[in-house]
Amino acid sequence: MKKVTTALAGSLVALAASAGASQALTLYCSAQEEWCQIMARSFEEATGIDVDMTRKSSGETFAQVKAEEANPKGDVWWGGTGDPHLQAAEEGLTEEYVSPMREQLHDWSIAQAESAGNQTIGIYSGALGYGYNNDLLAANNLPEPACWKDLLKPEYKGHIQMANPNSSGTAYTTLATMVQMFGEEEGFQYMKDLHANINQYTKSGSAPIKAAGLGETTVGIVFMHDAVAQVEAGFPITVVAPCEGTGYEIGSMSIIKGARNMDEAKQFYDWALSAEAQNLALEVDAFQVPSNKGAQTSDKAPDLSSIKLIDYDFTKYGSSDERKRLLQKWDEEVSTLPQ
Amino acid sequence: MRVVTTQNTAHPVLIFWIIAGWIGFCLLPWYGVEDFWTFEWLVDGWPFDDDHAPAAVLLGMGQKLWLAPLIPPLILPLFALGRPKSDPMHGALLIVAGAFGLAWLVAQGFGIGLRGFTFDWLTAMFGELDDRQFGMGYGAMITASAFLFLFTQGIAARGAVNGDVFVVGAIGFVIAIVTAFVFFPIAKMLFAAFVTEEGGYSSQVFLSKFLNDRLWGLGCLSGARCGAAWNSLFLAIAVGFATTILGLAFALVVTRSGFRYKRALRALTVLPIITPPFVIGLALILLFGLSGSVTVFFADLLGIRPTRWLYGFTGIFIAQVLAFTPIAFLVLIGVVEGVSPSMEEAAQTLRANRWQTFRTVSLPLMRPGLANAFLLGFIESMADFGNPLVLGGNFDVLSTEIFFAIVGAQYDQGRAAVLAMVLLFFTLSAFYAQRMWLGKKSYTTVTGKGDAGVHPLMPKGLAIPVLVTALTWALFTIVVYVMIVYGSVVELWGVNNSLTLKHYVTAFRVQMGEDGIRWTGAAWDSFWTTIIIAAVAAPLTAAVGLVTAYLLTRQSFAGKNAFEFGTMLSFAIPGTVIGVSYILAFNVPPIEITGTGIILVVSFIFRNMPVGVRAGIASMSQLDRSLDESSLTLGANSWQTFRRVILPLLRPAILAALVYSFVRAMTAISAVIFLVSAEYDMATSYIIGRVENNDYGLAIAYSTALIFVMLAAVGLLQLLVGRVQIGRRTQHGTETTT
Repeated sequence: MKKVTTALAGSLVALAASAGASQALTLYCSAQEEWCQIMARSFEEATGIDVDMTRKSSGETFAQVKAEEANPKGDVWWGGTGDPHLQAAEEGLTEEYVSPMREQLHDWSIAQAESAGNQTIGIYSGALGYGYNNDLLAANNLPEPACWKDLLKPEYKGHIQMANPNSSGTAYTTLATMVQMFGEEEGFQYMKDLHANINQYTKSGSAPIKAAGLGETTVGIVFMHDAVAQVEAGFPITVVAPCEGTGYEIGSMSIIKGARNMDEAKQFYDWALSAEAQNLALEVDAFQVPSNKGAQTSDKAPDLSSIKLIDYDFTKYGSSDERKRLLQKWDEEVSTLPQ
Repeated sequence: MRVVTTQNTAHPVLIFWIIAGWIGFCLLPWYGVEDFWTFEWLVDGWPFDDDHAPAAVLLGMGQKLWLAPLIPPLILPLFALGRPKSDPMHGALLIVAGAFGLAWLVAQGFGIGLRGFTFDWLTAMFGELDDRQFGMGYGAMITASAFLFLFTQGIAARGAVNGDVFVVGAIGFVIAIVTAFVFFPIAKMLFAAFVTEEGGYSSQVFLSKFLNDRLWGLGCLSGARCGAAWNSLFLAIAVGFATTILGLAFALVVTRSGFRYKRALRALTVLPIITPPFVIGLALILLFGLSGSVTVFFADLLGIRPTRWLYGFTGIFIAQVLAFTPIAFLVLIGVVEGVSPSMEEAAQTLRANRWQTFRTVSLPLMRPGLANAFLLGFIESMADFGNPLVLGGNFDVLSTEIFFAIVGAQYDQGRAAVLAMVLLFFTLSAFYAQRMWLGKKSYTTVTGKGDAGVHPLMPKGLAIPVLVTALTWALFTIVVYVMIVYGSVVELWGVNNSLTLKHYVTAFRVQMGEDGIRWTGAAWDSFWTTIIIAAVAAPLTAAVGLVTAYLLTRQSFAGKNAFEFGTMLSFAIPGTVIGVSYILAFNVPPIEITGTGIILVVSFIFRNMPVGVRAGIASMSQLDRSLDESSLTLGANSWQTFRRVILPLLRPAILAALVYSFVRAMTAISAVIFLVSAEYDMATSYIIGRVENNDYGLAIAYSTALIFVMLAAVGLLQLLVGRVQIGRRTQHGTETTT
């Protein structure tokens, strides 16, 4: 009997066969720890399927999925910024799937999925912005910034921190946003002027706002929900939605190609798109905007309807060719300038 | 009579391995389909179920026919049994059987994988294979070991290394595991440097990534920024020197001064290595950062604007010196203690004053220790990732560049591989520079002869600066650690300073339920996993490290230099590269261990082994060979000599290796991130998750708890291993046991 099951599993290792009766799912999670935990446990309660959850940042998960390509160990990859998901789709590491839950989703989520050949889907979004440390701003007698262009003023010299677009998806989103908002020429001019005021390009995307929280920089350019999390943790931070409008990220979910528990993976996928599952974010202080139209957004979260969002082109700026070109240009024209 | 019997009957070790080979082939499950430690296969259809069947049964059922060629090399050694060792055929048979068996095992393992043939040319030659195989299980592993040791016994029988079975076996064993768990994965990873975007291979790709301004730029000479390669090199040299000098200062204070609180000082020096990553960096930021208490205090005092002076070279340098000085100390203490007082007394008898004695006798004898301490500091600094990440500012170093080439927005593993090669090149150069400096001189000071001297105290002119340096540094360490403990008991460090124990409660809550104690704290799972993995890895690491050190110092064989460098390799490469290369190498057969606890243990063994090797080499080069020789002359074999003579004299080195590997297994992060799984989560990856979530309090509380656990463990190890008894008078003139 068992032979049949093993043969059915095709090219997969027979671990699944020995797990046999009890269903299981291996979840790679790239959101914050609590959110990952509550997603895993709630899915277990809802379906009785055992979830093995591992939390890693989205870049680390991408590296792992890629390394495991020949013999995938994960089933679903949930959470984390969209770029690595899109990259995984482009490299054929993830599985195409059209969920019946689609009709309940916002357009931006479906648009992103279609741009990636249905290999990934948006589960939440978060707008780009910045936050500043109230105490430091006052101590240095600086005016309160409200727009992107405010950050170019000479009095902010040495007060602004952002991540390095070579290492962080957040910073790449910033670069791509400026290019889309102001045009390539002017966008790069903006980055060059901003460069003069930057005190440090951090490696990780959320580091600038953490530094602002600890009083190590005045302004940090990050996703706004990361800044809100700092406020909620008790740090003296003010969150700014820039007046010119801004770009955004789409946190995504993908099924890993060759998943051992494909049925369970799809079950999780459908469940994670439901309003009920997305409402779990409220319980763990996650301030992103959910992709299900029926799901609630935390009242502390930045209100996306009051923020001018640009029409972010995920197909173009998510492709690896365009990314390489922009990063190289940034490397050559911006990062080499004196500060 | 006895001599004749040993001549004619076979060595028991030989019989043992022949039997082991057959058991592995005929009785144990050949493939490893489930977790290594579950013995479900015993009740789950073994021996006839496909998944758990031994190789012999599989063949009997007409499956996996490519295993059949393993039978002749299993039979062949039986013919060697009947022949005396002196018969050339005896050795030849074993060599042929072992070599062929092992080669075939490896070839079929790589040739046939989860999807049939792994290489296209095999499919082209034999057509599509309608079968597949999983990773090696108990059976395959034991049979492979049997072939390996049959082979080494064959070589020994032919007279290699004086026909010493133990030494040849040990060399073979260490080479085999280093090849499997160091060379193989790293080679697999480094190949990425030559892969083009289309998937082909080209050296053009390598060159374009290698000759990059961000790597080799010399802008810092003219006010701009330098490339990451120069930054790393400069930093590593500075840190290497600083840690060696500080480590020596501590070692001298502890062994050669009248300083009263030596024990406290000794304990203090251990603190930084038992500190989880990022904690030191965070403490430094809160002390010296832009809003740090010390910076603000001095800025107010001097009436200047606080600056971000900490970020960049300065910050990384301070943090790394703080973190790596203890390693230099651990290596040096054994060496400083080992320098024979007799020589120093001889110098003094010859009217040398204390300063002359120290400069011309003691210090030169400490050279192996100094060189090894520098090398470790250099390599650690090169590979360190946590401190540059937190404190680096705009000072790019190789290790962080490598990490973000892999996980960052570039998705460029090739670049990571190129950077890793540059890093390896620096390490290799440092390694050879160290060997040149040591030269071929002898540093032997521990001989079998009576050696009942007392170390002279340091000369005054030296004692004062050494003591001042050590105490200043000790004070600094204390301040940093007081800050850390303080950080774990306040609401939100740096913002809300009201005292609370809630972080400890969240992490380590224990509740008494109806069914006994319930460990409801958030940290318990990863805590127990970490302790178990560290406890399993530490003794194995120390054992492999010391055996390697013994082979390197006491035996000579072809390819020894390459062998020595190979053992240093996994240490020199940043953990990120190790992590990814381990997934690449061990996620598919023949060795499939990702997602298990074994891969964590294995990665720790090979990552931390070099410290055991270095400490062992430094100590062993002080032991006179006449000790070995007299033992051998008295009829002991080399295993007995190692066990009864060398090992007891190596206690400081053993302790260093054990402590270091235990502690590193608990605090390592970069490799671990890729190797943890839901079932095997480690403390450090949990802590990093908390930090990312702004949960500094919980992260620091967990780290503090780990620090205390490790302190306890270090104390326990010290008790277990015991102190070395070189039979010298103590400072008070009473005899210690001899």
